[in-house]
Amino acid sequence: MDIKSIKSQFPILLKKINGKPLIYLDSSNSSQKPLSVINSLDYFYRNEFSNIGRSIHSLAVNATNKYEETRMNVKSFVNAKSKDEIIFTKNATESINLIATTFGQEFINKGDEILITELEHHSNYVPWHYLRKSKGAIIKFAPINDDGDIIIQKLKELITSKTKIIAVTHLSNVTGTIVPIKEIVEIAKKKNIPVLVDGCQSAPHLKIDVQDLDCDFFAFSAHKVYGPTGVGLLYAKKKWLEKLPPYIGGGGMISEVKKDKITYAPLPEKYEAGTMPTAEIVAFNESIKFIKSIGIENIIKHEKELTNYALEKLKKNNSVNIVGNPKNKAGVISFTIKGIHPHDISTIVDEDGVAIRAGHHCSQILHERLKLTATARASFGVYNTKEDIDVLCKAIENCRKVFELK
Amino acid sequence: MDLKQLYQDIILEHGKSPRNFGKCEKYTHEAKGHNPLCGDQVQVYLKLNNEKKVEDLTFEGSGCAISIASTSIMTELVKGKSVETAKKIVIDFLNMIKSTSEIKSNDLSKDQKMIVMSLSGVKQYPMRVKCATLAWHTLTSAIERKKEDVNTEAID
Repeated sequence: MDIKSIKSQFPILLKKINGKPLIYLDSSNSSQKPLSVINSLDYFYRNEFSNIGRSIHSLAVNATNKYEETRMNVKSFVNAKSKDEIIFTKNATESINLIATTFGQEFINKGDEILITELEHHSNYVPWHYLRKSKGAIIKFAPINDDGDIIIQKLKELITSKTKIIAVTHLSNVTGTIVPIKEIVEIAKKKNIPVLVDGCQSAPHLKIDVQDLDCDFFAFSAHKVYGPTGVGLLYAKKKWLEKLPPYIGGGGMISEVKKDKITYAPLPEKYEAGTMPTAEIVAFNESIKFIKSIGIENIIKHEKELTNYALEKLKKNNSVNIVGNPKNKAGVISFTIKGIHPHDISTIVDEDGVAIRAGHHCSQILHERLKLTATARASFGVYNTKEDIDVLCKAIENCRKVFELK
Repeated sequence: MDLKQLYQDIILEHGKSPRNFGKCEKYTHEAKGHNPLCGDQVQVYLKLNNEKKVEDLTFEGSGCAISIASTSIMTELVKGKSVETAKKIVIDFLNMIKSTSEIKSNDLSKDQKMIVMSLSGVKQYPMRVKCATLAWHTLTSAIERKKEDVNTEAID
């Protein structure tokens, strides 16, 4: 795998930040975009733009075809059975909200339980909290151990006859924990409980096979998968999408509208009301092609090497404390430095062109569990190199110099 | 921008050994502030005497070097001042951080002005301004006995 040629496809990575070459280590937050995606947006608006699905003219037909082509490629990207199981949304947050709202409306009653985990991003907690408020549902948190792994036995014990859904992340955006989804789905299936997987972090970094995982719902965002912002993806088993009520109402999602009666469009249009981010969805096709051109197996191998290299190097620095030590870890490394707050770390390394994130990364429950208020986080994408990590480690050493720590 | 402009020795020193840290006895006012973006928290304890003078001002909390140093410096400057003067110093400080880079107050000594102006480098780092201002907003909230906690995201 030729990282140099991959990196050269990302124009932003040639930029200088504070006079230094940009070292982008914030891909868990959002990934950068290859030229093919940027060009696609430009090309579509210059040559092919039209609203989709409504008009008969040639432009509209072509735009609709392009839009649906992305759906077909997302279907194969996650290995869904049918294209009708792929819904476009605004982002993964909206995908989860879509399920929480419609599933809640139909299946959650007072006292029913929603089982999530201590690893979750706020986007896989807050939507369920709404059901706690509106329906009187109960939210339970499956605990993690100090390594950052979900204690599966405890999760099992938290399931009761009232548990209506389990919502769990595939990959922690803080500890990098790869969650054994298949094991959790197996447990849930025995009790007929559907499982929603927050795949935001896993989609760009792991092989996604929703049939193999056998989850009921899988949510992710295009912008973390080298795609444009404004596009979220939701995979849902057809049996659920047929049963659940629509989410947002308006044009495009209806079949027939009368003064006294409205019927809804078939799948997937039932869930895509209003004008969608057409150009962005079309451009997302290029992101999938980009990943395919490298091969997800190669990406996994490269990022594993990077992670091991970074962990090894960071552990040599005695002042650095790595957050969590999960059994299976992806390229997300959160850390603290004794005597220096993560915000200060981020400001100082930024001076060397290194972009990392500092804060609670929208995971306050997890930070509270680990007794931390904030952490610094370096996260990798396919374009990162060992040299990037060398620059990071040097920049971290500089933190101690600036703070005059011995 | 030189990092040393931001992390001046005075700031590092206050960040490492904050003054007036803890809960003072018999405080008359208190307020909490937090920055939801980073999770920083501060509690301010203020003791006003009958003449409306700041007899004691202490704080507890966790945060970055900028936020701890700013809070520590604030307690030193405001202690002993009348509540009206304290309010003026807060306004002066917020103006310094956001626009002027200077402290105009006649209520501070030359040394005190120098110390507080060590925080003016923060202006060059827009993402860090709230770290520096959190405690000052929280002090205002304590003086005014506001019921709601200070939330930096709800403040300009």
